[in-house]
Amino acid sequence: MSSLLIRDLCKSFGSVEVLRNINLEARTGEFIALVGPSGCGKSTLLAMLAGLESVTHGDIEIDGRIVNRVPPKDRNIAMVFQSYALYPTMTVRENITFGMESRGVSKDKQTEALARVAGLLQIGDLLGRKPFQLSGGQRQRVAMGRALVRDPALFLFDEPLSNLDAKLRVEMRTEIKKLHQRVAKTTIYVTHDQVEAMTLASRVAVLHKGALQQFDRPRAVYERPANMFVAGFMGSPSMNFLPAQIVEVGGKLAVSVQAGNGTPALLPLAGAVGGATRQVVLGIRPEHFGRFTGIGNPTMGVIEASTEVVEPTGAETMVVLRAAGSEIIARFEPDDAPGVGEVVKLSVDMNKACLFDPGTQVLLN
Amino acid sequence: MSAARPAIADRIAIFDPLSTGTTWQRRRSLAVVYGLLSLFAAYYLLPLGVIVLNSFRDMAEISRAGLIGLPHSFSLQHWAKAWGTFCVNGACNGIAPFFYNSLWMAIPATIISTAIGAINGYVLSKWRFRGSETLFACMTLGVFLPGQMVLLPWAWTLGTLGLTNTIAGLVLIHCVQGLSFTTLFCRNYYVSIPDALIQAARIDGAGFWRIFRKIVLPLSPPILIVTVIWQFTGIWNDFLFGVIFSSGRNQPVTAALIALTAGGMSVRQYNVESAAVLIGAMPPLLIYLFGGKFFMRGLTQGAVK
Repeated sequence: MSSLLIRDLCKSFGSVEVLRNINLEARTGEFIALVGPSGCGKSTLLAMLAGLESVTHGDIEIDGRIVNRVPPKDRNIAMVFQSYALYPTMTVRENITFGMESRGVSKDKQTEALARVAGLLQIGDLLGRKPFQLSGGQRQRVAMGRALVRDPALFLFDEPLSNLDAKLRVEMRTEIKKLHQRVAKTTIYVTHDQVEAMTLASRVAVLHKGALQQFDRPRAVYERPANMFVAGFMGSPSMNFLPAQIVEVGGKLAVSVQAGNGTPALLPLAGAVGGATRQVVLGIRPEHFGRFTGIGNPTMGVIEASTEVVEPTGAETMVVLRAAGSEIIARFEPDDAPGVGEVVKLSVDMNKACLFDPGTQVLLN
Repeated sequence: MSAARPAIADRIAIFDPLSTGTTWQRRRSLAVVYGLLSLFAAYYLLPLGVIVLNSFRDMAEISRAGLIGLPHSFSLQHWAKAWGTFCVNGACNGIAPFFYNSLWMAIPATIISTAIGAINGYVLSKWRFRGSETLFACMTLGVFLPGQMVLLPWAWTLGTLGLTNTIAGLVLIHCVQGLSFTTLFCRNYYVSIPDALIQAARIDGAGFWRIFRKIVLPLSPPILIVTVIWQFTGIWNDFLFGVIFSSGRNQPVTAALIALTAGGMSVRQYNVESAAVLIGAMPPLLIYLFGGKFFMRGLTQGAVK
């Protein structure tokens, strides 16, 4: 059963088309991340789900009911805002119970729900404070408490962690995940941070220029990105793209990339791409490069590269190299990283490689 | 919603442009600044000083020593006379009845125009609709229209409604005439309330009035104080509408003060007139003394800081 169904949803502001034919579905208890760069329409989509923006075309169905024209308060949703939107003149307690009071919930039930949420989020000792007396992380908790205190069909999060500093953001991310595992409520989570999307979501919806690019499990989105946009957006540093050609060598297909000295490097092709010789874009993630140890296997390619920049991050070292006429980024163990200027032989895990059509940018293999 | 920051007024106080330079330069600059400020302050306050002094002096002394001079005698009886027994407009009850007229006019008009202005501002900033910006521009136009221009329409309106020469008529005029200002003040203040607060409240199930009462109004005291002070002072001090649309017993104190001096027959009693003027000017002065700091704060403060 699905708590949310979005069918052919479109949104225009005047002549500007913000969302085009979005189709999404969230099963009960699922955590869906809407991810994309700024201006991709993800926040507009969330506002439409909340009933804060009108629907131009298509349908939104929450718990089996089409809600296109239903006002926000009757949609059975709760929302956490990017700015938290805590009522500044109310105490934490009043902030959390405001919704129940508006709906005429009895005092006993309010007290009970408040105690439950305060325990869940460990904000019991903050209940008497005003929002301006809270730290960023505490405000974030209260904002979630205000959403959790109801028992909605759908939780909406609008970039809830973007106002926190980096360290706190990681902590709160884990807490949101824990919380979701405990309450198991259907959640739609908007973020521009692909790491947040990957870590939290059961399925990730990638949006770009108002269109849904891919909607799949995080690993699938990462490993088999539907197109070059998704491949470049998900993962940091991004996937490397190299212009390449499919060639036939000795009856077998291989990927040929132009090496710096003019001689093409041949990389084995794993799996079929449909059709023989053609131009492609070879996509390889930084972690799928390695230092060639001399021992190969059938799916490993080897390519020579010179080291240009070395960026240690502690746990791993990112190295910018020049190979096949392009700049690539490879991930190394800190002990294993080459020095600047060093020419290394890189192994390429062709099992993990992605091939894209240079014209349509769509994944081929 | 960020942590408490010093108000702008405090921040200005912290900045001291004369904090650098040699001691001599600083002293000279301070002397110039304070010298000039004192001069202008004296210039502005002198008429007030003359009036205050005259209100305590005997008539005999004034006619002997002229209007400007330090009192040799001191008496509060002119104040008592101005308040309760002096003859104005043919009745000898002092200016007290007119003072009460002004209160009956200014208090309701202030409350009503401020309340409507707050609701207008709330709608025009948080519940925008097609044409709301145009509507707001039209309302703001009223700020720039001179009162003389609307005298004839008001004369017709009051006549039609049967409110000519009534306090209620003046209340109506000031409510309508004040709307441009109160709407402008409140709307511009409410614009700084984040829309997300309203959206959150809507999802929480609150409607138009509940959001206004529970979210917007509690954030409003700074701007409401500004609006109330502005309106009360403006309405109390209004002379034009009072003198045109009321007469006899129904005049507000500003219009009655003219009648006081225009009696014509008897000898002018400058001391009583001075006391009457001061009584008439007292309420706005008191409001400014007690509310002035809120006024300055409200003008410089955003809604959610």
